[in-house]
Amino acid sequence: MPGLDPGFTALPYRALGDVALQRARDLGATHADFRFERVRWQHVRVRDGALQGAADDQDLGFAVRVIHGGAWGFASGVHLTADEAVRVAEAAVEVAKVSSALVTLQVEIAPEPVYDDVTWVSSYAQDPFEVSLHDKAAVLLDWTDRLRRHEAVGHATAEVLCVHENKYYADLAGTHTTQQRVRLEPAFTAMGSDERRGIFDDMASICPPAGRGWEYVVGRPADGAWDWDAELAEVPDLLAEKLAAPTVQAGTYDLVIHPSNLWLTIHESVGHATELDRALGYEANYAGTSFATIDRLGSLTYGSPVMHVTGDRTIEHGLATIGYDDEGVATQSWDIVRDGTLVGYQLDRPMAHLHPELNPHDGLGRSNGCAYADSPGHIPIQRMANVSLQPSGDDTSTDDLIGRVEDGLYVVGDKSWSIDMQRFNFQFTGQRFYAIRDGELAGQVRDAAYQATTTDFWGSMEAVGGPDTWVLGGAFNCGKAQPGQVASVSHGCPTALFRGVRILNTDDEGAH
Amino acid sequence: MPGPRAVGSPVAATVQELVEHALATSTADDCIVIAHHTTSANLRWANNTLTTNGAMKRIDVAVVSFVRHAGGPASGSMSGSASTREQVAALVAAADEAARSADPASDAQDLVSGAAAAEWADPPRETDIHVFDTFAPALGEAFQRARGGGRVLYGFVDHRVTTTYLASSTGLRLRHVQPTGHYGCTGKSADLSNSAWVGGATRDFVGVDPLALEAEVERRLGWGARQVDLPAGRYDSILPPTAVADLMIDAYWYAGARDAHDGQSVFSRHGGGTRIGDQVARPEVTLLSDPAYPGLECASHVAVSSSGDDQSVFDNGLPLDRTAWIDHGRLSALRQTRETAALTEQPVTPAIDNLVLDVEGAAGSIDDLVSDTERGLLLTCLWYIRAVDPQTLLLTGLTRDGVYLVENGEITGAVNNFRFNESPVDLLRRFSHASATVPAFSREWGDDYFSRTAMPALRVPDFNMSSVSQAR
Repeated sequence: MPGLDPGFTALPYRALGDVALQRARDLGATHADFRFERVRWQHVRVRDGALQGAADDQDLGFAVRVIHGGAWGFASGVHLTADEAVRVAEAAVEVAKVSSALVTLQVEIAPEPVYDDVTWVSSYAQDPFEVSLHDKAAVLLDWTDRLRRHEAVGHATAEVLCVHENKYYADLAGTHTTQQRVRLEPAFTAMGSDERRGIFDDMASICPPAGRGWEYVVGRPADGAWDWDAELAEVPDLLAEKLAAPTVQAGTYDLVIHPSNLWLTIHESVGHATELDRALGYEANYAGTSFATIDRLGSLTYGSPVMHVTGDRTIEHGLATIGYDDEGVATQSWDIVRDGTLVGYQLDRPMAHLHPELNPHDGLGRSNGCAYADSPGHIPIQRMANVSLQPSGDDTSTDDLIGRVEDGLYVVGDKSWSIDMQRFNFQFTGQRFYAIRDGELAGQVRDAAYQATTTDFWGSMEAVGGPDTWVLGGAFNCGKAQPGQVASVSHGCPTALFRGVRILNTDDEGAH
Repeated sequence: MPGPRAVGSPVAATVQELVEHALATSTADDCIVIAHHTTSANLRWANNTLTTNGAMKRIDVAVVSFVRHAGGPASGSMSGSASTREQVAALVAAADEAARSADPASDAQDLVSGAAAAEWADPPRETDIHVFDTFAPALGEAFQRARGGGRVLYGFVDHRVTTTYLASSTGLRLRHVQPTGHYGCTGKSADLSNSAWVGGATRDFVGVDPLALEAEVERRLGWGARQVDLPAGRYDSILPPTAVADLMIDAYWYAGARDAHDGQSVFSRHGGGTRIGDQVARPEVTLLSDPAYPGLECASHVAVSSSGDDQSVFDNGLPLDRTAWIDHGRLSALRQTRETAALTEQPVTPAIDNLVLDVEGAAGSIDDLVSDTERGLLLTCLWYIRAVDPQTLLLTGLTRDGVYLVENGEITGAVNNFRFNESPVDLLRRFSHASATVPAFSREWGDDYFSRTAMPALRVPDFNMSSVSQAR
């Protein structure tokens, strides 16, 4: 496994951190942390056999966060000099002074052991930034060429987004962490039309983004790579079938939902709803709050008894996985919904201080390690852990679940998504909906969306598949906070069976 | 242990020096450098107290190199935080190498040439936390007033100033200063059963008064004294300018010429080509962008660091002029590069960073629309808007922080929230009344993506509320 990138370790983060923290201490900060980051991004995009664009970006800088006068202050900069480290520390204290006059609740943070100079590197084999642009483009060009050989495919795009992230964190308590993560999101879309019906549509890969290296694209499926050959071979036929499929009849259906679709429903209706900052109102002006308020902990029936949801920042290849969070907290795993009941939240250190009872396992009232900032220029806030639905303990297969449905739909792949500001009402579409008749798949239908209220939906979950159906899905583009921040997060889940869910016909919805 | 000033030997340079150093260092056939100098400051609050606040500064440099291959020019792009000549030189080396190893670009065009603008040598403009020196103490008073009235405030103010320097090996030296600011305040009743929102855009925070915002929140929460539950259905609905902005921004983003030409958008013609020239909206409707629109001024030239469906690095420096996307109801332009303009045989109309909806003959305010409505809904804003069907541009989303019942021209209560399924293009055909166009701020997209809009309020006689949301 690769070690820390020497190009990062050569940067002067330790010295800058020492200078900044000392200045914050001298100015009277009761807490100060220093975060130095280098985040590299690369996006390569191909359309119809031609390289459409390739862009590399690098976010390099540092931030100082202080508690001074009982208020937070934060400042960031990009000049990697001692003078700038001092200036940024002073600016952070200045921001705290402006804020302290308006603060009615003095900021304090939960305790955490000191980790003196620890390192952590995510699990990957080949750093995608060590692969040439030419080689990456060649893979994507081949994908669009293969897709466009099928008569149903008029146009095709392929792209990959690669990220290499280094973080150094230090605080006045003495913690020093140096970490490195790699992740990537490969994707393709095939587009087609049916001139006779006057319709067009597309079908995208259902490959989830992952905390893996370039081996995810060019490696063997037996070693964890996505099976691109199989998917590139089947998608054009699936698109042709979709273009010729009948439109769905709106109504109430039993649904069998594949992990490639269900991960997003978990993200929106469980992941965000169990972020404590939302439950406490901190996101009320932007991302919203949550119906899962803290007074309902231990009593809210979130779903059926087969619903077991965990939070973690530790699973291998998870997009939110890391050794220590952006407040120097060692990451953990815990229950969020157990036997259908709400039992846990996602925390950072200030919220854990307010509610030490929410991390009962260690008896110290620690945070469970969900602080994250997407850039050295942004303030760490509570961001989502890998929130995952656990499989059944038996060997229930997807076919078994489909076999239990008389008249229903089987949903594969995510597409459109939307949920309200308290995480009640949601609506999702998918890459493909198959009719289920008497326990068998009976071809695709078009124009379907499922719409439900969170607790009704999870309450209708009759069964979950076994471990063989479990897939770690996820997203690169989870948005939250003001100023806006983007986070990557994974969600694992098995195939699951839901009874009596409302299905819309989207053509009918738009008709006038 | 180094001394407090011993760390970091590189010497910081001015932004113009960085840009010129990049051009001088590049060994490619041509080079374009775009530097963004950004300072920002923000305050955030919840539960009547400040939460997280910050002041940020960054310099981002994008280097686009061009190398002529036998099959045509190729481009390579590298961008990143940079404040020293050494950092910029590293970006240049990577961009040059990327251009040398890239295949010829499908969007290749002659680079734009020109000379130095008069303001090129001017330093970046900046902001800092003191932009809130008047706002912050008044916000404290607003907290006290809200607490005294049994209300809870949540909100955010952000001010940023970005100075962009664009220079090319073909002589361009362009500078643009973009101040951007916005404010939003959500208020809830003490039992959290009633919610309201006010917000807007500003370039400088002059005149933004937290006490006035709090007073408006109080007025709107007062409308919620009577709660009315209504079922899903089609309602005569008044969309305020902020909600119209929410929807029109989506219509603008989906108006790319590439997708339309390739048969994958609501603006594609059956059988091939785009729908440019078709009547897509009521004849009074004009949807336009204009870099010089008063109060919404934005960059008057293209400045992009990578190519995509609707933008091209080869187009950097192209002048931007007023563009009507829909002109008196007819689709008149789509977002184009020079490459797609040739493909679609249309004028070059690149994206512009503002959007204005004008309804000819419309006058009056949203209050006039309310007073003319016998029974309907008044919305506050929309949320979590996503495309469901690109064929019709059907969007789904939700009402948020205030849906009010209008009866006989008066607001008589607050209604539950709804999920809607609607197409913004179809709404421009179906609306029955419009107010005058005024500055508007999209709640959904204004914070992070698109804050410069001017919109009318629209009354739509049959807005599709697909289901009820329990959110309060």
